[in-house]
Amino acid sequence: MIKSWFKSGSPWIWLNAAAVSTCLIMVVGVLGLIVARGVGHFWASPIVQLSYQEDSGEIKTIIGEHVDSTVTPAVMAKSSGFKLSDDEDVLIQYLIKTGNRDLTGTDFRWIQERNIKAQSQPVEMMVIERREWGNFYGTLTAIKENGQVIATGEQAWKVLDERLKHALELHEKIAHLEKKEIGAINYALEKLRLKQRSLELKNAWNEQSAKEFADKKLAYDTDYKNHQVELAGLYQEIRRDSLVATTESGAELAIPLSKIVDVYQPNKMGFFTKITHYFAKLGEFLSEDPREANTEGGIFPAIFGTIMMVMMMSVIVTPFGVIAAVYLREYAKQGFVTQLIRIAVNNLAGVPSIVYGVFGLGFFVYILGGNIDALFFPEASPAPVFGTPGLLWASITLALLTLPVVIVSTEEGLARVPRAIREGSLALGATKIETLWRTVLPMASPAMMTGLILAVARAAGEVAPLMLVGVVKLAPTLPLDGNYPFLHLDRKFMHLGFHIYDVGFQSPNVEAARPLVYATALLLVLVIIGLNLAAIIIRNHLREKYRALEG
Amino acid sequence: MATQDNRSHSLDVSSILRGQSKYDEILEPCLKVENLNLFYGKKQALHGINMEMPKKKVTAFIGPSGCGKSTLLRCINRMNDLVDNVTIEGKILLHDDNIYDKSVNVAALRRRVGMVFQKPNPFPKSIFENVTYGLRIQGINDKRILEETVETSLRGAALWDEVKDRLNDNALGLSGGQQQRLVIARAIAIAPEVLLLDEPASALDPISTLKIEELINELKEKYTIVIVTHNMQQAARVSDYTAFMYMGDLIEIGATTQIFTKPAKKQTEDYITGRYG
Repeated sequence: MIKSWFKSGSPWIWLNAAAVSTCLIMVVGVLGLIVARGVGHFWASPIVQLSYQEDSGEIKTIIGEHVDSTVTPAVMAKSSGFKLSDDEDVLIQYLIKTGNRDLTGTDFRWIQERNIKAQSQPVEMMVIERREWGNFYGTLTAIKENGQVIATGEQAWKVLDERLKHALELHEKIAHLEKKEIGAINYALEKLRLKQRSLELKNAWNEQSAKEFADKKLAYDTDYKNHQVELAGLYQEIRRDSLVATTESGAELAIPLSKIVDVYQPNKMGFFTKITHYFAKLGEFLSEDPREANTEGGIFPAIFGTIMMVMMMSVIVTPFGVIAAVYLREYAKQGFVTQLIRIAVNNLAGVPSIVYGVFGLGFFVYILGGNIDALFFPEASPAPVFGTPGLLWASITLALLTLPVVIVSTEEGLARVPRAIREGSLALGATKIETLWRTVLPMASPAMMTGLILAVARAAGEVAPLMLVGVVKLAPTLPLDGNYPFLHLDRKFMHLGFHIYDVGFQSPNVEAARPLVYATALLLVLVIIGLNLAAIIIRNHLREKYRALEG
Repeated sequence: MATQDNRSHSLDVSSILRGQSKYDEILEPCLKVENLNLFYGKKQALHGINMEMPKKKVTAFIGPSGCGKSTLLRCINRMNDLVDNVTIEGKILLHDDNIYDKSVNVAALRRRVGMVFQKPNPFPKSIFENVTYGLRIQGINDKRILEETVETSLRGAALWDEVKDRLNDNALGLSGGQQQRLVIARAIAIAPEVLLLDEPASALDPISTLKIEELINELKEKYTIVIVTHNMQQAARVSDYTAFMYMGDLIEIGATTQIFTKPAKKQTEDYITGRYG
């Protein structure tokens, strides 16, 4: 009976099915967890107000967002020091995000359910997202202009909406001025300084150039001064207004509008308002710079850095890999040595990525970069230009890391081009190189794309080597901007993978940052899927075009 | 291995051809194979082949599988150069020039000796690009010349009427027979002197085969054609001369009518009457 069941092959099929389902469940589980944890972060959760009896017996008011809860069996709770009465089986605890870090010193606190005396969700509660000190929870009391109260009560909200909008516009203007305009002037001044230094090193610095440079510098300085004046005006304007808020303990706090990103009253919001709010927050997350040691704000520089680095890597790895594969498959004499090279290339794919990082740092950054600096940028010395980790070295290191994948799949693609096609081309008087360029390589292009897809998937998720060769926690400037030569390969950049690590494990406020870790992880997955999809679409297009002879 | 000079012992093919040709015409040989030996590694695949192929006639190679007829055909445009470990001794003269001479530009040779393979092998490009492939390689990009060539070549390959409205479609969308005629059009687009056909109809249905055969009959007015075929009726239908090969040896060559009616060798007769092969 059992024997015939084994013979029928169904246990084998069951085993296969089980293996496939396990894989599926794991993939879905990972994605599900990330999505569930990450996506909820931007939802405006209600603010609860609790009357809470402290251990001392004193009753206090706590307001904040409910974040998490745990259930601990009484025995375990008792052994860890909680005083429970005998009729309690479990200890239920809630994690409340109370914000107001500037007043209380912490953002979060755990409270015990049994000590909650009353609970409500007052509509007037508001959340203030601040540029510093995290969220504020409380109620709005008044709006002040130059220290004078100008509105209170319901009126205050109307005034706040207007003034906050204005303040945000001003903030935007200031940021633009500081980063773009003044940034460009600083960049130009630095260029000027380097040029002067380089002339001095060449002994070509004379009075004429001194005058020329002084003129230029003067022009920049005047520009700078004008901007400074404008900036001072803007600062004065933005500092004019502030709001007065009352905390849970009844204390009043004045918060300048210049420090506020957003104010909202989640308990007042309807479902659709919350959806709008959700997407606005999501948009902010995708498009803004990070704040407060990366635990707040957006992750745009990290997205940009990741994509930029992957693209640079693709641009480097594809030609190298393809050329190497063409040589190995089409020109090299097939034999022991070629086989040895092939094995070596395949094994390169198995070298731990941190080893590539060390190699990148030691060879690319210090040796290559150091020599480039010595040869081409002596004027910048002692500050390094390419002799320090940066986008270029990170891309090259990852290109090296993914080279085997591209070589292997391109070789397979070349091997799959039918002999008949090559002969057909040669029989028409084409030389080998003409046959390669006109027929074989285009036909192998889908395989090259496959290699590139695998390379992108590997490179976009790699973090360890990048930490050594160019990724930083916070990059002040993007590697691509409006200052000539626009693409700054020497700059350090931010990366989603490293961002996850940094926010999750290196930030001062791990609890607050946790949802961001999931959201960033989700985004990293999406970026990789996006990059891959783009490559897959191109590949399918090529496949359709160069569909090989069938039958 | 040094080439033995056994020219003096070689078969005087042209005199045989002349003597036994139906019309007794004076034939100008286009290709001459002189004492050709070919080795795959150590294994000898062709043994001292000597023959002539007359200009603007169809010469057919027949023989059982593995007899070396395709190998011999591929020697004529040096396609065997691509095979590893191949050694070729002897000469093939194309109008008195030895194509195995060191100074010969192989790509240029292949422009003079076109080839059509057993399976249709159009490039995964448009019909137009397939036909102009050879010209573009020679650097001819003048649109007018290309268009003219496409039309004359496709007409020459009896395909023009079927594809003239879809020259920019992918060639892989054509039927097998059409693809094979496209490949012939591609070959004649660069105006070769010789056309080598390696079992051009073996992968095709009977109707397409018939079209190819008709085409060969037309093409021989312009080109010297050498065809390898497994199909003896086909050899009888399309060729003027037939060479019978067996185990790497050229057994017999002569006018097709003579080979098929009164072969000089017993082996030829056995093969033709179906006693082996």
